[in-house]
Amino acid sequence: MRQFFDSLVFAAVLVAIWQGLHWFAGDIAIASPGVTAERAMVLLGSPSFWGHFRETFSALGYALAIAVLGGMTIGLVLGLHRLSGEVAEPILVSLYSLPKITLYPLILLIFGLGMSAKVAFGAIHGIIPVAIFTMGAVKTIAPVYFKTARVLQLSRRQLVATVVIPAAIPELVSGLRVGFSLTLLGVLIGEMFASQRGLGFLVMNAIGTLDVPTMMAVVLLLALVAVMISAGLLYLDRRLHHRVA
Amino acid sequence: MSGSVVDMAAAQRGRGFAREPKPGGDMAEVHAELTGVKRVYPGADGGSVHALGPVDLKLARGEFYSVVGPSGCGKSTLLDVLAGLSAPTEGSILFEGREVAGRVPPGIGVVFQEDASFPWLTVQDNIAFGLRRAGTDAAEVDRRVSYAIGFMGLKDFRKAYPAQLSGGMRQRVCIARTLVMQPRLILLDEPFGALDAQTRLLMGDELLKLWRETGATVMLITHALDEAAMLSDRIGVMSARPGRLIADIRTEWPRERDSRIAAEESFGAITSRLWGLLRDETVKAAGMSGSSR
Amino acid sequence: MKRATWIRTLVVIGFVLLLEGLCRWGVIGRMTMIPPSEMADQLWKLLQSGRYNGHIFETLGNVAVAFVSAVVGGFVIGSILHSLPRARRAIDPFLATYYAIPFFAFYPLLVVIFGLNAAPIILIGFLFGVVAMIINTMNGLDRIPRVLIKTARVNGLGPLRTAWLIKLPSAAPQLFTGIKLAIAYSFIGVIAAEFIMSTSGLGYSIAYAFNNFDNRTMYALMLFIITLVTIVNAFFHVWERRIMARRGQ
Ligand SMILES: Nc1ncnc2c1ncn2[C@@H]1O[C@H](COP(=O)(O)OP(=O)(O)O)[C@@H](O)[C@H]1O
Ligand SMILES: [Mg+2]
Repeated sequence: MRQFFDSLVFAAVLVAIWQGLHWFAGDIAIASPGVTAERAMVLLGSPSFWGHFRETFSALGYALAIAVLGGMTIGLVLGLHRLSGEVAEPILVSLYSLPKITLYPLILLIFGLGMSAKVAFGAIHGIIPVAIFTMGAVKTIAPVYFKTARVLQLSRRQLVATVVIPAAIPELVSGLRVGFSLTLLGVLIGEMFASQRGLGFLVMNAIGTLDVPTMMAVVLLLALVAVMISAGLLYLDRRLHHRVA
Repeated sequence: MSGSVVDMAAAQRGRGFAREPKPGGDMAEVHAELTGVKRVYPGADGGSVHALGPVDLKLARGEFYSVVGPSGCGKSTLLDVLAGLSAPTEGSILFEGREVAGRVPPGIGVVFQEDASFPWLTVQDNIAFGLRRAGTDAAEVDRRVSYAIGFMGLKDFRKAYPAQLSGGMRQRVCIARTLVMQPRLILLDEPFGALDAQTRLLMGDELLKLWRETGATVMLITHALDEAAMLSDRIGVMSARPGRLIADIRTEWPRERDSRIAAEESFGAITSRLWGLLRDETVKAAGMSGSSR
Repeated sequence: MKRATWIRTLVVIGFVLLLEGLCRWGVIGRMTMIPPSEMADQLWKLLQSGRYNGHIFETLGNVAVAFVSAVVGGFVIGSILHSLPRARRAIDPFLATYYAIPFFAFYPLLVVIFGLNAAPIILIGFLFGVVAMIINTMNGLDRIPRVLIKTARVNGLGPLRTAWLIKLPSAAPQLFTGIKLAIAYSFIGVIAAEFIMSTSGLGYSIAYAFNNFDNRTMYALMLFIITLVTIVNAFFHVWERRIMARRGQ
């Protein structure tokens, strides 16, 4: 309870800093928290905002599905097969740290403008961290579990379904959390350059028309939704890890 | 441990861990003294854990004293408080006539229950750690470290890292790291707890040899009754938590002794007497284990 | 390990050759991608002409500043938070959800505040990297065995020497993780920011080439970034391995 209160105090400090920056930088640069909140309420009442919102989050949904399914499959295979894992790990880490935005032109050239480019761009951001986490999770499963599975004559499929995945689930949720954040980032960056729809487009558009309050309101709403989803995953993550530890 | 270690120790006697004998030191001199020492830890959700005491204890200079007691009874707490690693809630602690308060006084060495070797340093750098921090000159560091490495049978591993050593060897590194500082009071907290039974016996012999050679006062904490009976001049028996000293047993062993005294008749008598005292306390401690952490 | 390295080299070479083939035989159209050999050739020419040196150094400079400040700042903030448990518990939920916040959406805002110069670019790189360093610093400090701190006290070390001689080396594995993430995130942050809105730097140059249908330059620069990041990663990987191998990790 005290901790929750402390967190609220910290949030209040952040808002105070925001207000301070507003006084310091002026209306043209930063809208005050009050004005931003007002504009956010207006946006929430307008149907066109919800259109953009749906656009962004359906792109996120598709991209996340690809990233999670693809990343987990890659991670499972690499985690179960030692040599493949050793071969692939540095490559994956390299790809992870690559500024994937440089690949944006390539994605556009392949997919053209629109939904599929956004989804592809989100997916390439998310798939690698999910794969890395999954591989790590599978590799750190205690060897005695595998021995037990062999003693019990489990088939490869049974092994994955009844031992590997349950044992790795807490780590998989951690991977999902990182994957979610990066996929969202990818989708938004995609929308910022090459789209006429979505929240990323709204931000860029507001910048173009020097409409600072709208821009900040969109970013704020986006951040709130992202943090809420992430907090949900975090809660799940902590509970699962707690159960194991 | 091979015979060569013993030979070498003999050959190097007088240049190793031994310090100049203090002129006029008499055997019954009190080296460390605890009076009415109590320790209460702040517990979870506002409560408190009374871990130790009140304890009164006098250690004579040069004696080998052991403490036995059920697990969780406060043995490690006793050691921490005596070493100055944590402050007592009540009572006073004197080491060589001076109050131990808040910091570890020079002259006390501690070997911990857990592996305390530094994984980022080689065996010889681990052993030299304390000497270098104390600003000892390089030649002297070399001399003492080489001697300790020989004594502890770590010759082939000077340049190895702890990850390459077994648990027993790592504990020897920690013992060596303590000994090169030439402490006058050595505190050991279940130092052989993680070792197999045979290695324990041998390490016990090494410890006796060290004790004789250095003339230091030793306080050994252990949960193994035979270990206490075999090594000590005097054994303190602790009650279940909060730990108090409920018995004080003298063994009357000669100073020159080793693990072979386990064959003596009185060894069996001492061990069974210890068990007689401890059985009830152990049952209490085990019954309580649900409520303690 | 040796064998894996060989196979990995072969896999990478094989992949490049495959791309080369696909591009040459027209399976991948020239408008989409040029063959890797042409990318390399063009990159070589660009580097020799020195036309992009200014952009390259600018980007590298920005990355370096962002990286160093993220590592130093993250370490300092992480250490302070570690010593203030109550503040840490209050801030923890914010740190854990931090990366869910879409930073690049803030970038245009930063441009409005700071102007179109290096400051917002570096700030994005820093903001992106610093929290990874904070989290890993606290993680590392959490995992220092208590017995090592006790050993420091038995040896009479004060707080500063304990930090330098015991805490830092003991937390090294997690600090390495933080450093590696910080370098990756500084690259990502700086280049992406340049890409979105800037008038110079590698990210800008790629966007510029793309908008002007100059595929050869664009791919050459993409190849340059990929190679550069890979080399920097490999360097840190080897360094970490060197240090951690002794510890049996
Ligand atoms: N730092 C601490 N904070 C709270 N309780 C502690 C702490 N250290 C020890 N205790 C408690 O004090 C009691 C005695 O612990 P300890 O001295 O380690 O026992 P022993 O070494 O005899 O096994 C135990 O119940 C333990 O849980
Ligand atoms: Mg203990």
